[in-house]
Amino acid sequence: MLIAIAIVLLVIGSVLFHFMSPWWFTPIASNWGGIDNTIEITFWVAGFVFIAINLFMAYCIYKFGYNKNRRAIYEPENKKLEIWLTGITAVGVAALLTPGLFVWADFVNVPEDAHEVEVVGQQWQWSFRYPGADGLLGAADASNITPDNPFGMVPDDPNGQDDLLVSSKEMHLPLDRPVKLLLRSKDVLHNYTVAQFRVKMDMVPGSVSYMWLTPTREGTYDILCEELCGIGHFVMRGKVVVEDEESYSNWLDSQMTYAQLNAQAAGNPQIGQALYAVCSACHGANGEGNDALNAPNLTGLEPWYIKRQINYYKTGVRGGADDVVGMAMAPMAAILADDAAINNVAAYIDTLPDVSSPTTVAGDVEVGRALYEPVCGICHSEEGAGIWAVNAPALAGMSDSYLVRQLQNFKSGVRGAHQDDEYGFQMTSMVSALRDDEAINDVVSYINTLR
Amino acid sequence: MSLFRAILEKPWKQQTASGLPAEGDYGSVTPPQKVGLLFFIAVVAVMFALFITAYFVRMELDDWRPMPESQLLWLNTVLLFLSSFTLQWTHNVLKKGQDKQFKIGLILGALFTVAFVYGQITVWGQMQEAGYYLYNNPANAFFYVLTGIHAIHVLGGLFVWTKTIVKYWSGAEHEELELSTELCALYWHFLLLVWLVLFALVSYT
Amino acid sequence: MTYIPIADQPNELHDPHTFISKYVWSQDHKVIAIQYGSTAIFVGLIALVLSALMRLQLGYPDTFSFIDPADYYQFVTMHGMIMVIYLLTALFLGGFGNYLIPLQIGARDMVFPYLNMLSYWFYLLSVIILLASFFVPGGPTGAGWTLYPPQAILRGTPGADMGIMLMLASLAVFVVAFTMGGLNYVTTVLQARTNGMTLMRMPLSVWGIFVATILGLFAFPALFVSAIMMTFDKLLGTSFFMPAIQSLGETLNTAGGSPVLFQHLFWFFGHPEVYIVALPAFGLVSDVLSCHARKNIFGYRLMVWAIIIIGALSFIVWAHHMYVSGMNPYFGFFFAFTTLIIAVPTAIKVYNWVLTLWEGNIRLTVPMLFAIGFIFTFIHGGLTGIFLGNVTVDLPLSDTYFVVAHFHMVMGVSPVLVLYAALYHWYPKITGKMFNVTLGKIHFWATFLGTYAIYLPMHYLGFLGVPRRYYAMGNTDFIPDSAQALNANITQAAIFVGIMQLVFIFNVIWSLKYGKKSDPNPWDATSLEWQTPDNPPVHGNWGEKLPVVYRWAYEYSVPGAKDDFVPQSIAPEDVEMLEGEGKYVDRSEEH
Repeated sequence: MLIAIAIVLLVIGSVLFHFMSPWWFTPIASNWGGIDNTIEITFWVAGFVFIAINLFMAYCIYKFGYNKNRRAIYEPENKKLEIWLTGITAVGVAALLTPGLFVWADFVNVPEDAHEVEVVGQQWQWSFRYPGADGLLGAADASNITPDNPFGMVPDDPNGQDDLLVSSKEMHLPLDRPVKLLLRSKDVLHNYTVAQFRVKMDMVPGSVSYMWLTPTREGTYDILCEELCGIGHFVMRGKVVVEDEESYSNWLDSQMTYAQLNAQAAGNPQIGQALYAVCSACHGANGEGNDALNAPNLTGLEPWYIKRQINYYKTGVRGGADDVVGMAMAPMAAILADDAAINNVAAYIDTLPDVSSPTTVAGDVEVGRALYEPVCGICHSEEGAGIWAVNAPALAGMSDSYLVRQLQNFKSGVRGAHQDDEYGFQMTSMVSALRDDEAINDVVSYINTLR
Repeated sequence: MSLFRAILEKPWKQQTASGLPAEGDYGSVTPPQKVGLLFFIAVVAVMFALFITAYFVRMELDDWRPMPESQLLWLNTVLLFLSSFTLQWTHNVLKKGQDKQFKIGLILGALFTVAFVYGQITVWGQMQEAGYYLYNNPANAFFYVLTGIHAIHVLGGLFVWTKTIVKYWSGAEHEELELSTELCALYWHFLLLVWLVLFALVSYT
Repeated sequence: MTYIPIADQPNELHDPHTFISKYVWSQDHKVIAIQYGSTAIFVGLIALVLSALMRLQLGYPDTFSFIDPADYYQFVTMHGMIMVIYLLTALFLGGFGNYLIPLQIGARDMVFPYLNMLSYWFYLLSVIILLASFFVPGGPTGAGWTLYPPQAILRGTPGADMGIMLMLASLAVFVVAFTMGGLNYVTTVLQARTNGMTLMRMPLSVWGIFVATILGLFAFPALFVSAIMMTFDKLLGTSFFMPAIQSLGETLNTAGGSPVLFQHLFWFFGHPEVYIVALPAFGLVSDVLSCHARKNIFGYRLMVWAIIIIGALSFIVWAHHMYVSGMNPYFGFFFAFTTLIIAVPTAIKVYNWVLTLWEGNIRLTVPMLFAIGFIFTFIHGGLTGIFLGNVTVDLPLSDTYFVVAHFHMVMGVSPVLVLYAALYHWYPKITGKMFNVTLGKIHFWATFLGTYAIYLPMHYLGFLGVPRRYYAMGNTDFIPDSAQALNANITQAAIFVGIMQLVFIFNVIWSLKYGKKSDPNPWDATSLEWQTPDNPPVHGNWGEKLPVVYRWAYEYSVPGAKDDFVPQSIAPEDVEMLEGEGKYVDRSEEH
């Protein structure tokens, strides 16, 4: 008897939960309202069936409880009833399926006037490619990828020269214009999902998949990867900005083409040496760093990392008010007037011989190894040499007190929490595996052995 | 389609025991070993069908470079055909009670089979020498995988063959021996059929 | 020629005298069933602990630093794989298939007892290989239970070296084990039925297990094939599934392969696998419902046909797992169509279970409670399946918590409730003892209500768009803090349900020793296993003579009969009738 009551209560509870749940679809920002309607239909039909069958079952349990003076009926089958039930079910299922197939037909047929944008996925970052003035994307292939050609562009393809390469986690889309997203992956399966757009599609290495939509609401939305792609799957985040045509074209104009990027002058170490004089006060004449001044070792860091960090200090992404030590860098970085200056300094630092800092941190190396290898070592490499492709800097040989401080900063949100910190979110998420200062010391003392 | 008719039965109507033989009287029933083998053959056939489907899908992609055909494969095909044929003949003579021919047939069938496997290994060696390694191209990889899996199934057949000949030596009953030989022959026919399909596949694609 | 079934042949191993041959290298299907069952429950408990660890991380991120992202993905993967393959498949087919087939069709044993024994030992070997991956460098694979390449074999995924190799090896061994067992089950059902046991007189348990086994025999090769090809890709550098890849800054020496090909192979196995688990559950629950409702199963023939139709259709719906996989999107039309067709026979089964209760005489025993609980959760899980099967609705919901909630409802909770129903139902037969009813009821309420508290809210996180397989959500623009609070509540419910399973384990062990001795047929059931001369049945099952079957397995509440059940093996003339009712009649002219 209790079970009959329980089933009735569960049915009522489920219905109440449904209507009172604050957890529901995000407000839609694309043309795919048809999907929401299909779900609506499905909900009504499924909800009716759920309530009807369960209440009928509860009634049976209540009504036909055991009584030793009573007999159940003997009824092997009832053809008429069974045929009716089968028929009604078939009709109901067809009613569910049909509207869905119409929407799906829309989804697979991309409108002629849709403009193309390429989304490139890799472990665990997004980047984007827009066709230039010619409206065509050049050929690209994963086998062409190098540090200088992260998109794997085919160098001599004329269509590719004016392609705009956006090596950032943020993409922009114009409002109310249908867009065909071409989805490409460099390494493993990924999936491009924006909850507000409703549609999603996997990105498969070796082929280009696609989907289309028309953004209908201005705003900034999260791009999530929704196909398990390795240990950093949950930190593979991007942003899509939907904006009016004018802002969109302004943004497009500020992006660099493939040809422009190729033509960029390499940093000049001679000029950089002169600029470095300021830096040497703290970081030392040979970039070896100075623990007493909280200045880390710079040798062994690759130019792309140095450049990014100087830019962060310049723009306030790093070295804010709560970064007591780091804030000293902000005015220093401001001395470097433009990208060319930063380039030159980075090029000079790259010429300095790689020296290892003295070790000052003591921790349990074995515990540190267990923490480092399965998590940190994936991006920063098992040898701690860093991996350019995932924008992970070298750790081996760095000033260990600096590493400790940065891990603490990531943990407390002093570093990495800024919205313009491209990879900061990844670090703030990953350091949660380090329980306390002791764990930080352990992992850094293990890193100290990698030199 | 007796199975089809069987599942149309309204089981609550009949109240009798008739329908299946009583204990000990299984004369009219197909031996379970045979049913088991037929199901096993079906399972292996599905496995090869899946491999072949994967082969066709992979073949469509643009890095496919077909392997050259080895003439030795024709010889191997003849060997496998002979072993299959011999085992069938062995079963037939056993039925007639010709014990001596049976022994010869059984051993001859195995010899042809061993020669087939040896021939396949030789082909592998030739291919390797000619520089067609497994990892060069998916066509090569499929060739090695398909022939390898087939050869493993042939060796599995030889294992069962060993059990048959042990039965013979230990003086098993005629019926038992007859069943074993029949099943061996059946399995060999299947292996031959699979091989012919695989051979055609690697030759004509 | 006169053929003597293997099970009837005299044989030392088959007629055991020593402890070892009786309990270790046993060829008795009942002992093998118990071996299978206890091994499966043991690994299932490991997987349960893994799920609790995952839930701790999800409910309270930043709290349990002993669960790092690598651990988390390893737990996810191992939990899924163990539950689907090593617990559910093994327990339904290796456990209940082994125990019930010979007993319910009136055979002395499986037709190939030796192969049956090997099947168990291969299964145990596969379990050992699987668990060994916890102790190798790098740990078990963290590629998700679908093991999608290229990810599964590349750096960047935990256990991409030894872990994945051991997983593939273990699966290959499992497939071998399953094939040995499966050939046995199928052949036994077809060839070893006792006198009078026509196909349509078999209990639905046997039908479910029989069709599921056929599915398994034809579906597992796909897993085997893909495991072999992936092993080659990993160890020998082939490119079956590997396109040109730039992995973590390193350009790999692969080209041209198709990751989607793997997915097709995997789901060609993976979807039938759902029914390999579901069909035995359908069968077992039908028998439990009918027996405890004291009424024949409603629409027996349609139930059998539905099992067969579902089994056949399950081979042409696989790509509904791949609507957003980047395959040709036009496939979506076909697979959405076939998928929704399968809803019809499935719905019919639900109707017939509920109609079996109609005008029944329902005994709310512990197994019956679990069976009713199953109907409720299965309706829920089946209906959410209609959401995901419909290709358009799948677009926003795919890869979210909705999917997790759906398949746990339909493939986790529902079959597990049936497993419990069946374990409680057959416990007196397997052990000869009666379990503790109070503990059984506590276990039921905790499990039934607890699991619903886990999974109902989880669907709504899916509507919101919370992605699955996320170690931590971090900040997003659309997930409110309340979602995290809900996640914590889900974790509390999950931990509660997990702990309450110990009540079951305790009950099983305690009752074994202190339980009341059970009647040979405590539920007044009709099918053959309850009519054995010994309780629990001994080796050979039937003593001197095999039972003879006179009718189907659902002769409950026959008008005029003295008892409300007529066992399959009682001759019509021996059926006791109520006074003034005359003889037990042949009803061939009725209906």
